[in-house]
Amino acid sequence: MVKKKSIYPYLLVAPALIIILCVVFIPVVNAIGMSFQSYDLRRPNDIAFVGLANYIAAFKDELFWKALWKTILWVVFGVGFQFVFGFILALLLNKKFRGRGVVRAVSLIPWVTPGILIGLMWRWMYDGNYGVLNDILQKLHIINKSIPFLAQANTAFPAVVVTIIWQGIPFFALMILAGLQGIPGELYEAADMDGATGFQKLFKITIPSIKNTIFITGLLRIIWVANSVDVIFNMTEGGPAYATQTLSVYVFNKAQALNLGYSSAMAILLALVLCLVAVPYLIFTFGEEDK
Amino acid sequence: MKRESFLKRFLTLYLPLIVILLFILFPFYWTFITSIKPDTELYGAVTYWPRQVQWENYTKLFTTTVNFLAAMKNSFIVAAVTTVVSLTASTLASYAFSRYRFAGRRAMMALFLSNNMFPTVLLLIPLYSIMRNLGLLYTPWALVLAYTTFTLPFSVWLLNGFFNDLPLSLEEAALVDGCNRRMAFFKIILPILGPCLVATGVYIFMTSWNEYTFAVMFTNNATRTIPVALKSLIGQLGVDWGLLTAGGIITIIPVCIMFFFAQKRLVEGLTAGAVKG
Repeated sequence: MVKKKSIYPYLLVAPALIIILCVVFIPVVNAIGMSFQSYDLRRPNDIAFVGLANYIAAFKDELFWKALWKTILWVVFGVGFQFVFGFILALLLNKKFRGRGVVRAVSLIPWVTPGILIGLMWRWMYDGNYGVLNDILQKLHIINKSIPFLAQANTAFPAVVVTIIWQGIPFFALMILAGLQGIPGELYEAADMDGATGFQKLFKITIPSIKNTIFITGLLRIIWVANSVDVIFNMTEGGPAYATQTLSVYVFNKAQALNLGYSSAMAILLALVLCLVAVPYLIFTFGEEDK
Repeated sequence: MKRESFLKRFLTLYLPLIVILLFILFPFYWTFITSIKPDTELYGAVTYWPRQVQWENYTKLFTTTVNFLAAMKNSFIVAAVTTVVSLTASTLASYAFSRYRFAGRRAMMALFLSNNMFPTVLLLIPLYSIMRNLGLLYTPWALVLAYTTFTLPFSVWLLNGFFNDLPLSLEEAALVDGCNRRMAFFKIILPILGPCLVATGVYIFMTSWNEYTFAVMFTNNATRTIPVALKSLIGQLGVDWGLLTAGGIITIIPVCIMFFFAQKRLVEGLTAGAVKG
């Protein structure tokens, strides 16, 4: 494109690169080091190199496997439904109607709401005594007795998943809407002339045209949702009986309990799992560039 | 174009739109309603519009020990400085990625894009001791550095799209007219990209304004930001929901206003960006 040999690009990238190296690279190296030590701040005199002991402990830890399974469910249901509702919302917002600008702006607000506030807002709505959700469900005669949603193991997990779905719909809608607006209108006009039905247009034109957007947004979202701590932590702290403890919440809880070696080891295992998502993302991004 | 019947339009547009909007907006309505109800009404039979409206929770936020105003000020400083730092760094970096081909470019881009992949909790612990050793702990700079890193990937990605969309011929024309690259960048590219920079800046500001996990570790009573102040409203004796929801409403108003102005640009930016169909 422009001059091959020049020092300029390096100078331009340098500030961002230095910040990233200091704030991400050095801590990651630190954390890897910690994961090989018995690094427990409650017993600071016993800190020593222990090899793979923390990793082996994780593989033997029933809660680790449970948390990993919860993470998978959390991501599959959370991101899955975010996508479905975000897609529907984007299709609706792509139509012309009066007040569309306002509706679009307003429907994106959950995206700009702090995770901690989201957790607390929903916790209040789920409340077993004064919660509005119980009141609505009772008025609709769906239930006849108040349910303490976040205090029961079998309702707590679906409850936090609904919350993360609510949080993620706007981002999906925003990205998919951007993709939809890039589809040339002539495609639909041609399809109309050939007498295509709405469903045919959806599956033959719309979805193929934005499949890259869906792919990229999905991968980004999976990484964010898998790493998210604040929503669950402010609703249930991973309880009751570990029913809502995803891996990142487990790591956070262990870190708060000052067992840094063990929590670092688990965090690294989580990062390795997320590599399965990140690698296709990077390959795809560069593949696009080569075209 | 043929006109759809009203019924069809209602079923395919208005009805689903109303259902989704109700789902999205009801929690905010509920938060607001909670904040203006007196306690007696809050902890009793559920009412959908307060029988008695009172604003006491809002005055309490600013007059009692909570010191919400100080937290707002801290949040504003952190978010504003982060926006300047992160926007500058990401503009320079994405300009380089978009306009130059250089050795190590791909590796660096991969590093940028993947840096959100690490569980934040993994960085939290080592960063805490690094910040303490540097003497940055409990100063706004600790948060500025952390938030700059978290916002860089998405900002670089957004801006990269804006740059790639900008025809090269613009700069070439300027170079032919005797501008050097630096002048072309400041005189031509920046003014055109102005609105896109604003949109990216709003994203950075929002993210920094809202972050909790790092804020709770890296601040003390004097430097704490809004999300931390919100959490501190949850006391030993349970949650004062009236006060908490009032704090929540105050928290989201500034970012909502900014977002309303920037969201159109943001959508355009994403359209122009790497997400091309």
